[in-house]
Amino acid sequence: MSAVTLDRQRRTRSRSWTIARTDLRQLRQARDFWLPLAIISSLFFVVIPGLLLLLITHVHDVKLAKQLGDIVGSLPKSLRTHIHGQKGPAEASYALAVNLFAPLAIVVPLTVSSAVGANTIIGERERGSGEFLAHSPATEREIYLGKLLAALIPGYLTAFAGFAIYSVIVNLTVGPRVGGWFFPTSNWWVLMLWVLPPFVALALCLILAISARVSSAAAAQQASALVTLPLIVVAYSVASGSLFEAKTLGFAIGALAWLLALTALWRASRALSRERLLGMGG
Amino acid sequence: MPTTGARPDATIAATGVRRSFGDVVAVDGLGLDVPAGSVTVLLGPNGAGKTTVVRLVTGALAPDAGEIRVFGIEPAGPGGAEVRRRCGVVPARPALYDRLSGHDNLRYAGELFDVPDDVLPQRIAEAAARFDIAHALDQRVGGYSTGMRARLALARAVLHEPDLLLLDEPTAGLDPESARAVLGLIDELAEQGKAVVMCTHLLLEAEGLADQVIVLDHGRTLVSGTPDELTKRFWAATRVVLEADDPTVLDGAASLPFVRGYERNGAATVELADEHAIPELVDALVAAGARLRRVEPQTPTLEQLYFAIRRSETIVREPAYRRAPHSAEVP
Repeated sequence: MSAVTLDRQRRTRSRSWTIARTDLRQLRQARDFWLPLAIISSLFFVVIPGLLLLLITHVHDVKLAKQLGDIVGSLPKSLRTHIHGQKGPAEASYALAVNLFAPLAIVVPLTVSSAVGANTIIGERERGSGEFLAHSPATEREIYLGKLLAALIPGYLTAFAGFAIYSVIVNLTVGPRVGGWFFPTSNWWVLMLWVLPPFVALALCLILAISARVSSAAAAQQASALVTLPLIVVAYSVASGSLFEAKTLGFAIGALAWLLALTALWRASRALSRERLLGMGG
Repeated sequence: MPTTGARPDATIAATGVRRSFGDVVAVDGLGLDVPAGSVTVLLGPNGAGKTTVVRLVTGALAPDAGEIRVFGIEPAGPGGAEVRRRCGVVPARPALYDRLSGHDNLRYAGELFDVPDDVLPQRIAEAAARFDIAHALDQRVGGYSTGMRARLALARAVLHEPDLLLLDEPTAGLDPESARAVLGLIDELAEQGKAVVMCTHLLLEAEGLADQVIVLDHGRTLVSGTPDELTKRFWAATRVVLEADDPTVLDGAASLPFVRGYERNGAATVELADEHAIPELVDALVAAGARLRRVEPQTPTLEQLYFAIRRSETIVREPAYRRAPHSAEVP
């Protein structure tokens, strides 16, 4: 690879990271924007699972415990072997911890990233700062990558921070009933490290393409909701399925998501143009 | 190599540039030849196409037709990043990041425009001091006044020491002192061999700065040339301002055969066919008993010139490109 090519790649990385870092700095300053997202994330990763798991692990009603056991009984065979020997509330809380909250691991970061991403390009136009970027030496691709990073990072951070806290809560509440710390399971690692990243990236590619084209932040939010809703449904199914079934399915789903995400990344980068940063072009 | 026919070292060379947005033609047949070390003033009312010209020069917009080269490179082409790296732009709206501090806005620009890390803090300090914004660098830009925002935008535009500075209404919102600082900056940059293009509809601020004036209207070049050339072309008559101890004696000038116009409102303004008639005018008035206190041939202000151009019935559309804008032909 020639020195010129290497230098170009270094500059692209550098400018994209500069754009992403500046966007993140602005996001950090916008408490009115990130606070609701942080509350939602805390609710879904910490408060609701924590309360539910606590409640379920402390059920003393025999009838209710049997009903909970029945729920677990309806789960796939592979899962039942996992929790063999556990009874009633313990079985239910194990199943809840390992399976029922799994989709949130995708849905919450997807929500955070799409909220940031929907605003990122149209926000430049609305504030007028798009003019500065349009006159800057950064290429459209560098700007696009910077914006993508700036929206991906909050989503991934939310996912991994939430995942870490959630793991602690699950182990503290359910662990003692099932013989010690057991979470994350191997399927969860696949979900978090292999399936989640491309799903969020895929959604963001579509949202950034929308954000570059629409005429207002409100329109971007609405349009991105239309894009993310189906993805959330798919993500929900995928997250559940990849945990209920064998790890190989999780790997296969992740591989497909990576392929789609990389294709979307390539195609969506063309949606951003200097004209659009200036508020022109459809 | 430039193919526009412009001088090879021209900072900006454009010919027949056209750009439209839907049915609206923003720029039509624009020709530009901006040499290094010169100040070009684009004059025109709002909607004349001045902002579009700036955007075409940096490659933020691509032309629909015609050719434009900046530093010998097509700005909307693959080498556009290099053009933009060497340009500093002060847009009509400051285009700042309100949630960031002034310092962070400058640092962002410095990093994007490849200012080396080791000199960036020094450059930020110098630019901020120059535009009297250093005291507010740690504050969020959202709390800045209009004037502070304009000064920060100026500091940001010169941070990377551009070879071409493009200013779109640069003194809008500035207090008189800051406006003077801007005009001083323009002069200084031109002396350093940099090219400056300034868009304005405020004729006063272009006064005394312009090496070249281009008057735009509805995206078309009405006329271009140096102020001297335009004066000769559109201000054919010589005007002389006269004051005397007894002003009524000056009224006799109105009946002199070589006087084309006369007006007295405090001082008297006499319009002559040419400047060679001034001694004859003075002789005639002295002979009539006038004790003259002031005889001042008047150079038109840019404002007077602009309105003369707009009024002129002799205006013909400029050719899209003129090889030497500093030697405009008088039609």
